[in-house]
Amino acid sequence: MEEPIIQLRGITKVYRVGVETIHALRELDLDIHRNEFVAIMGSSGSGKSTLMNMLGCLDRPTSGEYRLGSRLVSSMKPDELALIRNVDIGFVFQSFELLPRQTALENVELPLMYSATAGGFRARRARAAAALERVGLGNRMDHRPNQLSGGQKQRVAIARAILSNPKILMADEPTGNLDTATTGEILALFTQLHREGQTIIIVTHENDVAAHCRRVVRLRDGRILSDLPAEEDPEVASHVAGAREAQAARLAAAGAAA
Amino acid sequence: MSARGTGSAPRGGLSGFFFLKTIGMALSQIWANKTRSFLTALGIIVGVASVTAVIAALTGLKTKVLTEFESVGAARLYVFPNRPDNVPRSKIPWEKCRLRIEEARAIADQCPSLKGISPLVDITLSVESDTQLIEGMSITGIWPAWHDAIGRKVLRGRPFTQIDVETARQVALVNEAAVEELSLDEAGSGGIGSHVLLGGRRFLVVGVVETLQARMFGMNSSQAEIFVPFSVAEKLLEGWYFMQFVAIARSPEVAEEAKAEIEYVLRRQRGLTKEDPDTFRVAAIDQFINQFKSLASGVTAIAGGIVGISLLVGGIGIMNIMLVSVSERTREIGLRKAVGATSSAILLQFLLEAVTLTLLGGLVGLVIGKLMALSLTFIPGANLEQADVPPWAIAVALVFSAGVGVLFGMWPAYKASRLDPIEALRHE
Ligand SMILES: Nc1ncnc2c1ncn2[C@@H]1O[C@H](COP(=O)(O)OP(=O)(O)O)[C@@H](O)[C@H]1O
Ligand SMILES: [Mg+2]
Repeated sequence: MEEPIIQLRGITKVYRVGVETIHALRELDLDIHRNEFVAIMGSSGSGKSTLMNMLGCLDRPTSGEYRLGSRLVSSMKPDELALIRNVDIGFVFQSFELLPRQTALENVELPLMYSATAGGFRARRARAAAALERVGLGNRMDHRPNQLSGGQKQRVAIARAILSNPKILMADEPTGNLDTATTGEILALFTQLHREGQTIIIVTHENDVAAHCRRVVRLRDGRILSDLPAEEDPEVASHVAGAREAQAARLAAAGAAA
Repeated sequence: MSARGTGSAPRGGLSGFFFLKTIGMALSQIWANKTRSFLTALGIIVGVASVTAVIAALTGLKTKVLTEFESVGAARLYVFPNRPDNVPRSKIPWEKCRLRIEEARAIADQCPSLKGISPLVDITLSVESDTQLIEGMSITGIWPAWHDAIGRKVLRGRPFTQIDVETARQVALVNEAAVEELSLDEAGSGGIGSHVLLGGRRFLVVGVVETLQARMFGMNSSQAEIFVPFSVAEKLLEGWYFMQFVAIARSPEVAEEAKAEIEYVLRRQRGLTKEDPDTFRVAAIDQFINQFKSLASGVTAIAGGIVGISLLVGGIGIMNIMLVSVSERTREIGLRKAVGATSSAILLQFLLEAVTLTLLGGLVGLVIGKLMALSLTFIPGANLEQADVPPWAIAVALVFSAGVGVLFGMWPAYKASRLDPIEALRHE
């Protein structure tokens, strides 16, 4: 089998708050391969965000080893981590994090500001435009965030995240601020990106969202509780079954009414 | 996919794109908070504008004075009465210091390096022509050598002659302004042959001299001047009066020699012994220039102090506004770090923002200062026609403005650069 692009070995994260020590992650081992589509689930406080920040190189473990591709990022210096975030990782946040005064195109361009090797002005612009096309916003390039709907904002954020063809696309509760219809739209976009070969990790507490993923990792108290293909995860499976029944019932009702 | 060498150390760096974007964003930030930015930059604007105007005025005055001095040449000498320092008033009374006309005669006779000498004595009198009356006009008593010593020839008519002085003829020279103000040109002769009444005596106008553009020292609102032979002026004088001499050396090269000769003659005239200090002063033109230059640099230093204080005040304003900006944009900083900004990139970005603001303030200040300098040139009689902002002042103003941005933007920028991205992104 191919080498995993993410290898976590014995990852521990300890926070000290006053005299208390909080074990946010305990001796965690995890492998993620190229083109996987992983949901990280768990109750509030189980360590999802901590794990995500670690994977996204925003944070470093208290102990343990993190390999991204062939590189040991758990021992890198801050500036090296910044470069990894710039090139190898794409982040999508729950609250979009777009700069209000910048157009969609300028927002997407943002990571290129911190890259010395992204080519000239035109090349950068063209890359940002291509990323916006990929998320279906080719016709909204000059709109500012306040001229966009919630779903469109999150697409701009996704375009920004995939701009540099990152090794991993990470999203922490990407649909947390969106309504059901828009959630479906964004999940469809993730599914499409996954089909195009993108490795994706999504943090969520909604089974609905996890159902679109291929693999579900459940955390509890900083440990991995279960790690199963989505269709084998009992909660996700029962949710999908429930949704199917509801769909069928709705269709039947519609049929009866007609 | 970004295919990168496994062993090679990751290399960061900033591109021209970074600087362009940063400055663009700084400008849009300034534009979005127009009022706030303006108020913040006000200290710098006012400081730069006022110092620019002061420097422009001084530069103009200097050019004017120097060209005026140079045009008369370096051969001119002035003689003043002067009480020596550190000597009690009672020991050397004024009577022993003041210049006498015999002394001028002695100098004229006994100084081979001198081309000519003239006393100068001012009397204030009311002047009457056939149609006009002017109160409190300045009348100067002179000798014929005055034309050479001061460098003012007659435009029309004739200069004073030795005969005018020796026979105390009631003749007068007037300048163009006096012709104008006293309406002396009624007969169409340009004023020559007309008469003026001075202190009850009737004077024949024999010559007209050029009007100086504003007198060097003193700011009489009227530029009219009337000159009479010294011997006549003496009769108009009552009691105490102040006299000085103006002399001209044969050439600028012998000016120093001429000065020494005058000093020698005067000391002998006054019977001063070796130990006695001079009771007069002979000043060459360079001394005036030097005096003026040191005055000018004194004023420049004071102006520099003022600008220093206003830049300091402006700088504190900049620091305050940048701290506010950093805290307002904490989430933005978190995001920038999340997408790959290094701490030094964030530091540089906020520094550039501060510098953009201060430089803009400096530029606005320069423009206002330039306009002020321009308006100075229109003040009549202020000797500031040549007021202009010299290039070095522009450079200094801009360098200082940028320096204030760097100095006072450093702490806020450092704070921004130290923010932890995770916490910054959680910030409300
Ligand atoms: N900066 C921090 N300081 C102290 N404790 C923290 C910090 N961040 C997270 N924690 C703690 O670590 C645990 C895991 O948090 P988190 O990863 O945010 O959970 P989740 O995202 O699953 O809700 C929680 O107990 C939380 O209180
Ligand atoms: Mg969380």
